Amino acid sequence: MRRADFPLLVGMPDLHYLDSAATSQKPSAVLDAIRDFYVTANANPHRGAYALSVAATDAYDEARGKVARFVGVADKDCLIFTRGTTESLNLVATSWGRTNLKAGDEIVVTALDHHANFVPWQQLALSIGATLRVCEITADGRLDLDCLSGMLTPKTRVVAFNHVSNALGTINPVGDIVALVRERSDALIVCDGAQGVPHLRVDYDILDVDFYAFSGHKMCGPMGIGGLIGRRSLLDAMPPYQMGGDMVEFVHDDITTWNTLPHKFEAGTPNAADAVGLAAAVDYLESIGMDAVLRHEQKLVAKASERLSGIDGITVYGPRPSERSGVVSFTLEDVHPHDLATILDGDGVCIRAGNHCAQPLMRRLDVSATARASFYVYNDTSDIDALVDGVMKAKEIFGHAAV
Amino acid sequence: MQPSDRSAQISALYQEMILDHYRRPRNKGEMDNADESVLMKNPLCGDEIGVHVRFDGDVVCDLCFSGRGCSISQASASMMTQLVKGKPLAEVEAIRARFREMVMGDATAAADSSLGSARALSGVSKFPARVKCALLAWNALETALANRSE
Repeated sequence: MRRADFPLLVGMPDLHYLDSAATSQKPSAVLDAIRDFYVTANANPHRGAYALSVAATDAYDEARGKVARFVGVADKDCLIFTRGTTESLNLVATSWGRTNLKAGDEIVVTALDHHANFVPWQQLALSIGATLRVCEITADGRLDLDCLSGMLTPKTRVVAFNHVSNALGTINPVGDIVALVRERSDALIVCDGAQGVPHLRVDYDILDVDFYAFSGHKMCGPMGIGGLIGRRSLLDAMPPYQMGGDMVEFVHDDITTWNTLPHKFEAGTPNAADAVGLAAAVDYLESIGMDAVLRHEQKLVAKASERLSGIDGITVYGPRPSERSGVVSFTLEDVHPHDLATILDGDGVCIRAGNHCAQPLMRRLDVSATARASFYVYNDTSDIDALVDGVMKAKEIFGHAAV
Repeated sequence: MQPSDRSAQISALYQEMILDHYRRPRNKGEMDNADESVLMKNPLCGDEIGVHVRFDGDVVCDLCFSGRGCSISQASASMMTQLVKGKPLAEVEAIRARFREMVMGDATAAADSSLGSARALSGVSKFPARVKCALLAWNALETALANRSE
């Protein structure tokens, strides 16, 4: 029973936490690792000429090595620690985008994207006169690869998509997408892995995308730490994203030269404590095994989808459960998702209601919002029971005022 | 908080009158000859409500609302139109301020007869995440009145 590893869930035995796609709960091992860093190794990394600072530096470096191995990047200095996926994607759009794109170029994003992989590209396109194209989805919420294929031309300079949809849970076929893009264009491939790394085995060097972004807090790690992985040749050629300490080599009155990777993109005091926490999260997930994590989620999602679909008035969105990670997105008749979430909350069931930072997707599904239950390693069938009971209760409450 | 308390609060929130206004909204529609029309959106949930007002001197002689949203925002808009239609501006403004106090948790406002049936929404104050749903139409009305006085 994994629940015992998570102090918040132990402290709230009646809570049914079904919002891990927003942020996961944190196991003791992660909380202990962060505390341990502050108690035994806290100093500013890379700066002091004393043993404690060296200990902080070593802890930070070891964390990078461990996380890099976990996401399958052999060249660990190509893993940049950031605040999370959003900062990682903004870094690419700003640093690579502003340097390499010009008016008339085309950027492809998808209708499945989270705003964090949509808006930076849209705004970049607007400011430089590039064209933004939006790849459509199929009726069952998968990327329409025929649509993507038709959009790719020699003018296509960027293709941005997510590994796994946060709103529907759709697992996108990265290999097929990469092959298609490489065949038809020289576009940069940017993959939002915020919902990938927590749920699937990710091997950056095999995926063959150019940039891959992820967040620590959705994979049992702390908030405020995440990563951007990029090809060394691209990162070396890009200008820094933020300026300050640690990212410089020599600062002259008139010019400055940059530090090597990864430091060039890590201005200011690094978030060493949370990097150490993220490394502990990696250890935790590896102790379960990522294949087992996905199997567990898909088993719960299949069960939840089956039970919800059996309720009159429920619509479940997205492809079949075997093509989804731990997400069930649904609506119930004319009961607004926010009303549903409030009623479920009354029984300690935490779900997300809203547009899931995916307004372009909601428009295409022709809904203003959906209810989303998302599962992780600590969930079990009792959470599904509570979810279904809550939905039935909402039906009952709203059923009293039938049209 | 005990689960039973929360359950009671949920029952108080989703009482029959609110669900009735949600299912059978009063004064819902568009208005061709409105003096002021204001559209308010809640980006969190995608809800949007339009409030359309016609004035006769200093009186709100007609108003209606349009749009879509959750039961709380729809019921609140529906009740608002019933409550302020035909009332002088000063009174409308007083009711609006009082309603706001009520959903922010002011118990005296929840007992204030000037709020009429809209007092059914007093339970919203126990749900901070839903207060903005209840205020959406009222904020649109406030903007409509402000636009008129400009």
